[in-house]
Amino acid sequence: MGFYLSKSRTVMHNLKPKLGSLGVMFHQSSGIASFSHHQESQSGLIKNLGAGSCNRPTLFTIWRSEHFKAEKQLDCKQNSGGPQVLNFPGGNVKFTSELDFLPEGLEERVHCYRILDENGELTSSNFVQISDELAVRMYTYMAMLQTMDTIFYEAQRQGRISFYVTAIGEEAINIASAAALQLDDPVFPQYRESGVLLWRGFTLQEFANQCFGNKNDNCKGRQMPAHYGSVKHNYFTVASTVATQVPHAVGAAYSLKMDRINACSITYFGDGGTSTGDFHAALNFAAVMEAPVIFFCRNNGWAISTPVEDQFRSDGIVVRGQAYGVHSIRVDGNDALAIYSAVRAARQMAITEQRPVLIEALTYRGGHHTTSDDSTRYRSAEEIEWWRVAQCPLSRFRKWLEKEGWWDSDAETELRASLRKQVLHAIQVAEQVEKPPVADIFTDVYDAPPSNLHEQETTLLETIEKHPKEYPPNFSC
Amino acid sequence: MAAIVQGIGATAAPSASSNKFLLSSLGSSLLEKKRNFFVVRSDGKCYTGLNQQQRRAQNVVTNAVATKEEKASAAVGSKPGHELLLFEALREGLEEEMDRDPCVCVMGEDVGHYGGSYKVTKGLAEKYGDLRVLDTPIAENSFTGMGIGAAMTGLRPIVEGMNMGFLLLAFNQISNNCGMLHYTSGGQFKIPIVIRGPGGVGRQLGAEHSQRLESYFQSIPGIQMVACSTAYNAKGLMKAAIRSDNPVILFEHVLLYNLKERIPDEEYVLNLEEAEMVRPGEHVTILTYSRMRYHVMQAAKTLVNKGYDPEVIDIRSLKPFDLYTIGNSVKKTHRVLIVEECMRTGGIGASLTAAINENFHDYLDAPIVCLSSQDVPTPYAGTLEEWTVVQPAQIVAAVEQLCL
Repeated sequence: MGFYLSKSRTVMHNLKPKLGSLGVMFHQSSGIASFSHHQESQSGLIKNLGAGSCNRPTLFTIWRSEHFKAEKQLDCKQNSGGPQVLNFPGGNVKFTSELDFLPEGLEERVHCYRILDENGELTSSNFVQISDELAVRMYTYMAMLQTMDTIFYEAQRQGRISFYVTAIGEEAINIASAAALQLDDPVFPQYRESGVLLWRGFTLQEFANQCFGNKNDNCKGRQMPAHYGSVKHNYFTVASTVATQVPHAVGAAYSLKMDRINACSITYFGDGGTSTGDFHAALNFAAVMEAPVIFFCRNNGWAISTPVEDQFRSDGIVVRGQAYGVHSIRVDGNDALAIYSAVRAARQMAITEQRPVLIEALTYRGGHHTTSDDSTRYRSAEEIEWWRVAQCPLSRFRKWLEKEGWWDSDAETELRASLRKQVLHAIQVAEQVEKPPVADIFTDVYDAPPSNLHEQETTLLETIEKHPKEYPPNFSC
Repeated sequence: MAAIVQGIGATAAPSASSNKFLLSSLGSSLLEKKRNFFVVRSDGKCYTGLNQQQRRAQNVVTNAVATKEEKASAAVGSKPGHELLLFEALREGLEEEMDRDPCVCVMGEDVGHYGGSYKVTKGLAEKYGDLRVLDTPIAENSFTGMGIGAAMTGLRPIVEGMNMGFLLLAFNQISNNCGMLHYTSGGQFKIPIVIRGPGGVGRQLGAEHSQRLESYFQSIPGIQMVACSTAYNAKGLMKAAIRSDNPVILFEHVLLYNLKERIPDEEYVLNLEEAEMVRPGEHVTILTYSRMRYHVMQAAKTLVNKGYDPEVIDIRSLKPFDLYTIGNSVKKTHRVLIVEECMRTGGIGASLTAAINENFHDYLDAPIVCLSSQDVPTPYAGTLEEWTVVQPAQIVAAVEQLCL
């Protein structure tokens, strides 16, 4: 099994590779456990693509000092009849007399792995087969995510919650990637991945509680809506800072590696997040440390109002993997089957070979950046409409399910009605629950509140007592 | 340990005069400008390595309370404990914790095979492996972030900033994530990380390498800050910081790494939130920390000769302040002098002044005096650099003024 990294005739011609075929090479697998890791063929593939730096063992080693021979002889030696070669740290480098600059990009953009087309037709059998149960479950959760997002968004518009982030258009990314992982895999989300948490078992009521910041919120009302976190679902609390979670995931992978746990960490981020310093260094670190982490980039075309052309000039994110020595792949972000297969394969690679993997999913941000944004100000309604209708991940997947005979329009109607009812109910219940008590302002800053916080709490309680009308009723309880 | 100490310390030229100078492993001539520091020996004598420009007429002899037997339970025998340098004490504390708990790991630039820029992690990579003592690429924000991620998933990492100033690059991770995630997650994820490194004004290291980061970090909610100043408290605070479930920033000082001291053989852990009574007194409370402790003690000798009785407290805990110890002292002496290395604006001294005024205003007979560095980047020239740092003469003058 191998993954195609990049087609690069112009880049690589100096190194004379034997390029493998384009596209993914898969063995037809009927179940989950049929990934064989042919390391020789894999590293053979890597060598063929001329990376020139892969003479290292791929399994993780605790003692890496033997590989760090910084004082390697930097002398040139003559090959037998060949051009001169520089024996440089990292591998031999051939000389050339061509004054050729590598072009800024390849002639053709990196190809995108896809299985289902817009009409829900299978274009290939190169994917991980899933059972009807799993497929229906995936679809159900995609619909649940879509329903939750739509209704919560409306609730925000009605003033019932203050803020919300939708994942409209990215349901396949959310659910299919979550389905391909295990609960042992720690997830470090940005903020548009609530579907992953949904799949793992966070209930609609818990989502609603967090958005309303009521006293049943497991974050105790401390974070903005949609900044979920749940230790029992191995989903790390969302922070508003962009891409700070990417190095966290590398640290978690390091922790898994130290403890030799059969799991990998995964982190999600958008196209905009890849411009940050944290992204760069995290990929670099993960490659150097051989950490089992999946970097999942949701390239949805927009970072608030910044289109990708203004964000970077590389061919998306997938090409950057190679710059760090990381395996990468581009997948169709609206194709649940493709995402499922890619994440399964990436997870296997990350764990068995102890290496990071980069996945770029091309998709579209169907909604606004958040409820504080109105994207029609900077993009056309036609563009939004086209993606929403023609590329909708749910309709594509549903068509495939219907073709397989696992779904029909009655089931659809029933599901939608039930979901809508559940979500509305969750909101209604959450709205009635009271807010967290004043004491929750001061707990969890440290493991135990220090004296200055005790003081400050006392001062606040005294103030509330003196001026009860300035504060909500029962606030001090 | 003793053998290593001897190996490094043995380069001291045994001069006949009473000025014995302990040299660092890079040490050369006694009069070289580069290596100037205070040495506290086990018998309580303190010698200073001064260059010609700074040599004072009198030798300073001071009893550092830390070497007294207040904590050593087994004072049997003539010389209990073992001698080592401050950086070795840090390493000893680190090593003991790494032995005790396999989750403890170290990450930072050049901490592995190189042993750390100040040799705090020397030998640890050979003992524990490359993974537990991890060399990182140069991206402070990211390896601090990595440490936070590792801490949230069960490890207890110690992140070393090669110089505290480099941690400015990690400010985002420290403030927005390290300090906050325990709170914003509703207590679900804890971050038992230790961030440490040398800071403060060194010997002509230039403005960028002479930062006092404690003033920038002090406002971040969710973190604790401690500053070590002796080998004894360095080891104890290191162990306490590692065992704490809160994120702790441990401030070391570039010029204090070669302080020699005798510390107990038995295991000890200090309290992160406690201040240290260095010298009890009656007339004035002098609050200080880190390197300024030694300037204060030097001034104290002069003051004692002049008939004053200063009480010197090394506050050690920069966040939160040990207002209990400080308060008791203020209630006794009614006069406070703060001596710090931070800049005047927004430094630890500024916060401490505010805290004492707020809490103990009625006990003060005079306004609090705070001696700090000026609000300037640290200049390179030795003379200029010396005068941006509070000197013992200024401390003496301030006390005299305060006790009029």
